Amino acid sequence: MKLSREEVEHVALLARLQLSEEEVELYTEQLNSILGYAEMLQKLNTDQVSPTAHAVQLFNVLREDEVKPSMSQDKILMNAPDEEDGFFRVPRIV
Amino acid sequence: MPIFKSLEELHHMLVNKEISCVELTRSYLDYIDSADSRVKAFLTVTADSALMKAAKVDKKIAGGESLGSLEGLPMAMKDNMCTEGIPTTCGSRILENFNPPYDATVTERLKASGAVLLGKLNMDEFAMGSSTENSGYHPTANPWDLESVPGGSSGGSAACVAAREVPFALGSDTGGSIRQPAAFCGVVGLKPTYGAVSRYGLVAFASSLDQIGPLTTNVRDNALVLNAIAGHDPKDSTSVPFVKPDYTRFLENDVKGLKIGIPDEYFASGLNSDVAEVIQKAIRTFESLGAEIERCSLPHTEFAMPAYYIIAPAECSSNLARYDGVRYGYRAEADDMIEMFKKTREKGFGQEVKRRIMLGTYALSSGYYDAYYLKAQKVRTLIKQDFDRAFAKYDVLLSPTAPTTAYKIGEKSDPLAMYMGDVYTIPVNLAGLPAISVPAGFVDGMPVGMQLISKHFEEGMLYKAAYAFEQNTEYYHQVPALLKEVR
Repeated sequence: MKLSREEVEHVALLARLQLSEEEVELYTEQLNSILGYAEMLQKLNTDQVSPTAHAVQLFNVLREDEVKPSMSQDKILMNAPDEEDGFFRVPRIV
Repeated sequence: MPIFKSLEELHHMLVNKEISCVELTRSYLDYIDSADSRVKAFLTVTADSALMKAAKVDKKIAGGESLGSLEGLPMAMKDNMCTEGIPTTCGSRILENFNPPYDATVTERLKASGAVLLGKLNMDEFAMGSSTENSGYHPTANPWDLESVPGGSSGGSAACVAAREVPFALGSDTGGSIRQPAAFCGVVGLKPTYGAVSRYGLVAFASSLDQIGPLTTNVRDNALVLNAIAGHDPKDSTSVPFVKPDYTRFLENDVKGLKIGIPDEYFASGLNSDVAEVIQKAIRTFESLGAEIERCSLPHTEFAMPAYYIIAPAECSSNLARYDGVRYGYRAEADDMIEMFKKTREKGFGQEVKRRIMLGTYALSSGYYDAYYLKAQKVRTLIKQDFDRAFAKYDVLLSPTAPTTAYKIGEKSDPLAMYMGDVYTIPVNLAGLPAISVPAGFVDGMPVGMQLISKHFEEGMLYKAAYAFEQNTEYYHQVPALLKEVR
């Protein structure tokens, strides 16, 4: 599988990354190199193998459904690049 | 000079009133002032809050109250752990102005233990890198040779401990990011079992692999710090409820009958021959101490790197989606939302981070998920099974931590070549195992690290082996020449 320049541009859009012409060029080459290296995984037959998402077995972690104090609105907004009336302010959407 | 003392020695100095906590803190801050202009390990120095905390400890001492084992002792943290009101940048420009509104659990626990935070440490941006050259701020230097890298991504943590700017620091390890810099800088670095230390408040990179751990100048100090930070945390759903032992009780100078496996695959091509010789000598040391040494095989080792470089970027692309300029961090100005997201992320992230986001987004995208991500997760199972088989026979596995010693800043520009530096540490993260790097010797004046790996939650076994090795060698007593120059 070889990644084309257009595919790299499409992936950048999916990842919400604006890339310069040079970056598209560079990443097309580098991603192909890394994915080419990852191709070696195909040498292994894993048809009968289950995937491991977490190395240490975990079960659902549930707590009592009790209301607990949450962070204050002031604290949540303290790092906001822009805010107004208790909301995060962003450029116009519609 | 207090900077050469162990945590226990510093504790005794405080308890015996040989030095006040304010004097101790000030002496470290003064030393950081002179040494860090060369090492560049710190991103933020928290002098004022440190001195205030120290004054409180002095009040306690004056009042005749007893001190905890870390109380009043200086420390620093990698800048990807949240510290309320203290900037946490994760080595990235995108978080340049971020002041967390809460503490990470490790921060809370260290605060509760009474340790004194002297500052936050440099790192590869979002912990992606193996050299600390990928910081959004500046590279950190290796105290043993200021032209060499300290390793990464916890390069700031390893370098500041090696330069004795603090007696202990916390780092985080996703593919070797505590152990590899510990090896390059000649200090002790432990990556605990996945789930043994809470990740709540650790800025996430690859959530199924990340683990916080201590870096220290010796094994006993390491165990003392783990005592303070390990243990179940209900705030982290991946934290495992387990009975935490007192890790210092494993520190006995006796490895008679300890079964040590030496995996053939960790001594294959790519390993520098001088590093190999140092590790062979370390193996002979264990043999002379009565450990039982045997060669063994972890047959899927060569597949760990490619599996990791699919899994870690996939998780990173998902975790880093939150940096969009809306709620915190840098925001680029734009007329519409999508443009704002794209420009914010373009300007805020560095090259390595963008490369991994691209790689991960691709590996998770429709039509490629099975071929890359699912395949890698299946290979992860095979790697884990290799270890399970080995640990049915051995207490500990022994290998080099890294294939080479620290290289020069700027020497490696090809990402794949850089990734190869983690070839012996990555399998451990995929399997969620604990592993420690301890100083094992030198090649051309640069430190070499030995890695010991054990079963899940058997950190005590690692400390036992590492301590015996340390007590029968002299490597950890050696300090970089830099210390003589800046003293």
